[in-house]
Amino acid sequence: MAQSFRMKPPMGEDNGWWWQEAAEGRLAIQRCTQCQTLRHPPRPVCGECHSFDWDHVTASGRGTLCSFTILHHPQFPGFDYPLIIILVDLEEGTRFTSQLVNCAPEDVSFGMPVEMVMHEDPDGFRLPMFQPAKGAAA
Amino acid sequence: MSHFLKDKTAIAGIGLTEFSKKSGVSELSLAAQATLAACEDAGLQPSEIDGFISYTLDSTDEIELARTVGANDLKLFTKVNYGGGAAVGTILHAVMAVASGVADNVICYRAMNGRSGQRMGQGISGQIVSSDLIHWSWYMPYGMLTPGSWIAMIANKYMHHYGVTSEDLGRVAISQRNYAQTNPRAFGYGKPLTMEDYLASKMVAEPLRLYDFCQETDGGCAILVTSAERARDLKQKPAMIRGVVQASTQGQEQMTSFYREELDSLPEMELAARLVYQQSGLGPDDINAACLYDAFTSEIIMQLESFGFCGRGEGKDLVRDGALDIDGRLPNNTHGGLLSEAYIHGMNNIAEGARLIRGTSTNQPKGVEHVLVSSGVGVPTGALILGQD
Repeated sequence: MAQSFRMKPPMGEDNGWWWQEAAEGRLAIQRCTQCQTLRHPPRPVCGECHSFDWDHVTASGRGTLCSFTILHHPQFPGFDYPLIIILVDLEEGTRFTSQLVNCAPEDVSFGMPVEMVMHEDPDGFRLPMFQPAKGAAA
Repeated sequence: MSHFLKDKTAIAGIGLTEFSKKSGVSELSLAAQATLAACEDAGLQPSEIDGFISYTLDSTDEIELARTVGANDLKLFTKVNYGGGAAVGTILHAVMAVASGVADNVICYRAMNGRSGQRMGQGISGQIVSSDLIHWSWYMPYGMLTPGSWIAMIANKYMHHYGVTSEDLGRVAISQRNYAQTNPRAFGYGKPLTMEDYLASKMVAEPLRLYDFCQETDGGCAILVTSAERARDLKQKPAMIRGVVQASTQGQEQMTSFYREELDSLPEMELAARLVYQQSGLGPDDINAACLYDAFTSEIIMQLESFGFCGRGEGKDLVRDGALDIDGRLPNNTHGGLLSEAYIHGMNNIAEGARLIRGTSTNQPKGVEHVLVSSGVGVPTGALILGQD
């Protein structure tokens, strides 16, 4: 297997399942099975009703750009700079931190519609990234 | 009714090492130098110190320092979590201990080879699974590895929402660099900064440029807290502790509180403000100078709003009016701060707060009755108000 530069998440009971979903191509959102509240990042207990019971839904992958930063320095091996990091408000209502790809830095804007693309590293590790939504106004 | 902690304790000594980019000595040595200097400053023997408090990120354990400086029995030893968010939290724990009689003389310290040793933002990896590491893992795989990247995400949203410009950030950087010109201890001493320099400096994490970032420093700083009565018998004019609090709010993460509905304010700092004003019985109109935590310039503008010196979105207007300068509404970080003096994780800002009460800042404003000092921004934090005896 090819070596990857990317820091791998520690896979614990509270988050490992989410990365397993990503490995299978899906962007998951944890859901409380008692009060149906969605939550991200995943946690073992619902902050609303304190239930420990949860499942998850699969996000549509559509959302809008809440905020962003364009990273120039320091440059870590393996990443392409300028590196665009974004917060996406998913249409399901939770927020997700990710990378924006297939977009020039000067074209990034607050509120732009984005859609998920599942990125795969040479070693097979997969993580959700986003690109400008196809068919959306530029 | 007056709060039971109000004016019960005071900062009686401050001790600092030389600040450099390469100390050539251990962090333990820096901590010991700072501690002994604080004792010397106060006129109190190290053997009288019975409490030591630092940051969880500090490599020097309390008993190592106690042995090194010749302290005897310790009745209090603890470390406060969350990076620079610990700064005035250390003082709170000292105040509670002294006011309650648990300890008599407590040293709060932070010593770091922050440039030549372990630098900030070097990433986290390994096979350990903890809730803290899982937290970081939502960001690290995307290359979001540095404090600048985390703060920039909030700063960009805030600036976009309220029309804050790069020049506004530059005004903060330049104000503090100007102060450093009279402080020989400061990294920025003899290195003035113009708006042209600022705007031409390299972009690091948009919207933040090089001069929006604090220093990386080798150095130490110690603050001696004792009872008000004892402080009056020691060498220096006491900096009375009117109020000191810690604060963390709903949705709090370390540096990455990205999931709150609003991203254009600092809820934990607003809580710190409410609590410290409540404890001290004071309000923003009573504050004459400040040492607001300044790892990044954008944090200063946001904190002006958090602490009620202006309304939401008006921080930039205060800065444009020169509020942070020596003759302005709120002279801020008159030693140069973390941006232009040194980055000792906010402990050196507390030292300047005490100097402002003593009247010994190298940029001493007239008539300082109360000084506000804050802990790290974007993390569980805290606030401190020092006053005249």
